Amino acid sequence: MKSDRLFKGTTISMVWCWLFLFALLPSVLVLIMSFLQNDPTDLFRWKFSLQNYQALANPIYFKVFWHSFYIAGLCSVICLVLSYPFAYVLARLDSKYKSLLLFLVIIPFWTSSLIRTYAIISILKVKGLLNTVLLSLGIIQHPLTILYSSTAVIIGLVYSLLPFMILPLYVNIEKLETQYIDAARDLGANTLTTFLRVILPLTLPGIMGGIILVFLPAMSMFYIPDILGGAKSLLVGNLIQNEFLAAHNWPLGSAVSMVLTLAMGLLLLLYRRANKIGPYYDESIGEI
Amino acid sequence: MNRLAKFSYLAAIYCFLYFPIILLIIYSFNHSIYSLLWHGFTLDWYKQLGDDSDLIVVTLHSLEVGVLAASLATLIGTIAATCLYRYRFFGKHLLHGLLFVLIVSPDIVMGISLLILFFLLNMRLGFWSLLLSHITFCIPFVAVTVYSRLTGLDKNIFEAARDLGASDLISFRRIIIPMLWPAILAGWLLSFTLSLDDVIISFFVTGPDFQILPLYIYSLVRIGLKPELNALCSVMFVITLLIVVIFQLILPKKVNQ
Repeated sequence: MKSDRLFKGTTISMVWCWLFLFALLPSVLVLIMSFLQNDPTDLFRWKFSLQNYQALANPIYFKVFWHSFYIAGLCSVICLVLSYPFAYVLARLDSKYKSLLLFLVIIPFWTSSLIRTYAIISILKVKGLLNTVLLSLGIIQHPLTILYSSTAVIIGLVYSLLPFMILPLYVNIEKLETQYIDAARDLGANTLTTFLRVILPLTLPGIMGGIILVFLPAMSMFYIPDILGGAKSLLVGNLIQNEFLAAHNWPLGSAVSMVLTLAMGLLLLLYRRANKIGPYYDESIGEI
Repeated sequence: MNRLAKFSYLAAIYCFLYFPIILLIIYSFNHSIYSLLWHGFTLDWYKQLGDDSDLIVVTLHSLEVGVLAASLATLIGTIAATCLYRYRFFGKHLLHGLLFVLIVSPDIVMGISLLILFFLLNMRLGFWSLLLSHITFCIPFVAVTVYSRLTGLDKNIFEAARDLGASDLISFRRIIIPMLWPAILAGWLLSFTLSLDDVIISFFVTGPDFQILPLYIYSLVRIGLKPELNALCSVMFVITLLIVVIFQLILPKKVNQ
């Protein structure tokens, strides 16, 4: 018994020490840093100030936030619209190739999104594949300049993050029990009503999970706007990177990252709510 | 929905996911540097890669960090999952929540927070800061993978082991590790590929004297298109693919036992 207590004590304290030192403490440091003053020679000064948060209200930064939320939101919506039917068909598929098909979705998840972003350049550039095909088909008369624009950034983000939307949806839809759908049909609901009133609420946790996994990285993957976007397509991630490594204004960079953390907190709250709606439906239906 | 529409939709999404990568691989064999047209088959770009001594150094750095980070993260992550599954302790819910938050939190936030930590600890940025960071961001993924498998185990096994006089350490070594090795291996593999591909966190916590592969690729990509880069990315993609496929072939049989 004594050795068990020792084992328990050692393992728990080992895990806690590591996570405290390298996860909790650094997060607290960012919070503290966001309230310090900037010092051009020494990165920061140990003096409390609210100037960083005041600076965030500056239209220049506000524009970047607005633009980022817009791009990340649009990217989440596109991913959701593309992924939902895909995940639904895949999860309901009755085929021996189902696991192989799922595996094909997971492969991009395991490979570098940097490489996949790079691969997009050759398609989108002025003399790239897309323009060549469209020109030769006569659909367009002049080459499209998609590369180095916000459109290219959105395409790159959707392409990189699509598997992150598909997987939570797939897991959720696969657990969905068909009795509910049958019951809705028996009670006279048409396809649209069944979808809106039964399927959609039951898959809400999957939808929220996917949105979290797409929206947050979409704002912070600074290399995608860097590679595919132009000067105007700066996102929150680029702003943080810039403040930390180029402008050397760590307090301001920390304040920007607190906004990102706040966005994460809000999304997690929504996710919890979505998860609560799910079981609530299960219970109420079970009671009937 | 009719069958044809369903399958064409699936096919379209798979095309979207794979087309750019396949194109990249095809172009890595193209003789022309800039043109889209096919100018004949060549292995020149791969030969140039082999001659690039910088590339070999950074690849070795990446593998070194990847193997060490994956192994240590697997150890700590497995222990964390075991603690969460078997024990009640102060801060258990907090630990659960923390692991979940670490998975969804944006990489860039973790990157700058670790940069601040290393700066305040007066640590030189390089191998050690990189290794510690990689271990940290891999731990939650291992913990979640292993934990989900643990919850599928029959709790009676542990009762039986205890009745037969096994201590917790012994049941960890003789029950948890052997029964969960597919999940542990999957956690290791996931950590390894995460470490090998990480750009964002590494960008903040590495120093000039310890360059790693993703950052090397990133610096090349920023300069512009280079045919060697097509070759390099193709090699990276095929290697990751091979590792994942091999592991997939080994794993399922064991899981179903």
